[in-house]
Amino acid sequence: MNAIEFENVSFSYEEGGAFQIKNLNFHVEEGEFLAILGHNGSGKSTLARLSNGLLEADSGVIRVFGEELTEKNLFDIRKQVGIVFQNPDNQTVASIVEDDIAFGAENIALPREEIGVRIDFALKAVGMEEYRHATVSRLSGGQKQRIAIAGVLAVMPKVLILDESTAMLDPRGRREIIDCVTRLNREEGITVVLITHFMEEALRATRAIVMNRGEIVMQGAPQDIFERHEELLTYNLTLPLIGRICKELRAGGLPVCDTLDAKSLAKEIAQCVSKQST
Amino acid sequence: MKDVAFGQYYPTKSFVHNLDPRLKILFLIAYIVAIFLANNFAGLACCLFVLILAIGFSRVPVLRVFKAIKGILFLIIFTTVLNLLFYNGETVYAEWWIFTITKEGIIFSAFLVVRLVLLITCSSLLTYTTTPVALTDGIESLLYPLTWIRFPVRELAQIMSIALRYIPILIDETERIMNAQKARGANFETGGLVSRVKAVIPVLIPLLLSSFRRAEELGDAMEARCYTGGKKRTKFKKLRFTWRDVLAFLLIAALITGVVLLKIYLGATV
Repeated sequence: MNAIEFENVSFSYEEGGAFQIKNLNFHVEEGEFLAILGHNGSGKSTLARLSNGLLEADSGVIRVFGEELTEKNLFDIRKQVGIVFQNPDNQTVASIVEDDIAFGAENIALPREEIGVRIDFALKAVGMEEYRHATVSRLSGGQKQRIAIAGVLAVMPKVLILDESTAMLDPRGRREIIDCVTRLNREEGITVVLITHFMEEALRATRAIVMNRGEIVMQGAPQDIFERHEELLTYNLTLPLIGRICKELRAGGLPVCDTLDAKSLAKEIAQCVSKQST
Repeated sequence: MKDVAFGQYYPTKSFVHNLDPRLKILFLIAYIVAIFLANNFAGLACCLFVLILAIGFSRVPVLRVFKAIKGILFLIIFTTVLNLLFYNGETVYAEWWIFTITKEGIIFSAFLVVRLVLLITCSSLLTYTTTPVALTDGIESLLYPLTWIRFPVRELAQIMSIALRYIPILIDETERIMNAQKARGANFETGGLVSRVKAVIPVLIPLLLSSFRRAEELGDAMEARCYTGGKKRTKFKKLRFTWRDVLAFLLIAALITGVVLLKIYLGATV
């Protein structure tokens, strides 16, 4: 079953203005880890906001678990599709971690005991159990963003969309978030849509989509997409460092295969060097 | 500053800290009523005794509590002197031009000083012993009956709690913008009043703009988390009265009764 499905969806911010998204057809499968890549203004964030009705499409149909998104079922759709945004500071509503995570669960009118259970679950899912009574403003960027994820998880959505949620974090914070959603996808079975312009992050995904000017221009397994680096460059996307090193090595005369993994690259180099020395 | 415990909160564990915030707010109101009901020295002495008891059990250093008075020292002195010089009484001690000092004037001024000091000290004790978050919860709970006349209590509480959350963020942001303007040659420290006020404008405008942007993003994030207003929401945290609250309630009830009884049997001094 498709978790999210777009059928001929178009959207523009101004009436009659340039299309942010043009006749888009795409789907997210239930349980998959999908990465959406694209440089600024490619329409990838608009896509996230359309998926749970924060923005309304000009034309086309959006379905969530087979149900068409309309104004009437907006609330039910939002229970199923959670979004984590870019700036962790602009997503928390309470000063204390526990109160903030409770917010979403309170919104869907859960009984109090159940909210307590949900807070436990959400904090455990992001590995922040010991911060339950901490003050949000005292946490690091990565921790705040994990709290933001926990706040969304407390509603127990089936789909988790991360809209450039790692863009404002330092490398360590970024790794924390990516590890966290990878685990959520594998262990809790939550469908993850990761919107990013960091190519390295897309490697964890089972499938990747590249967007440019409101259209899907490439899709497939992340490894396959990265092999087409010339094409990626035309969409203003650059390869991860290891991918670039592979390319430069080949250009310099060392016949290594394309890879994005440091270990396998090292192995490749070692093989090539030992071959050449014999 | 970057804490919920900003402002006056004095973080420690004590009997008063653990009281239910609703009770503390009601306690303060009842206490203020008692101060103004008391119209003889015995009554005021009772009020003073209760305050000393409360400070003692709060484990907030006495000096710190009385520091709050410093802020309104000028007001106290001003009103006292005014009352002292202009109060109309029968027993005149001294008279000069339009000023008269009378026995009644002295007594009234003394009462005023004591009342003001008690009022300020007790109010600041509330903020010393209660976090802003707990205060917000308390106010929300106390205002709850107003929902009957369709007053949006929960929305108001939500606004207060968001405001509290964003105070440290906006303080940070102000600092950042000020540094950015300083790096461009802005001067906030010297110059006359007019030029200093003018120097603040290039800080306020970016701050305002970024606050609007934050508000918009926060609105999206709240909606994405299924927020539709206060109506159908449930509440996770529930305030509960404990034995401490019963004790504190008995104390304030005793104070009010005592003050009223003293008022009836001893008569008014003022």
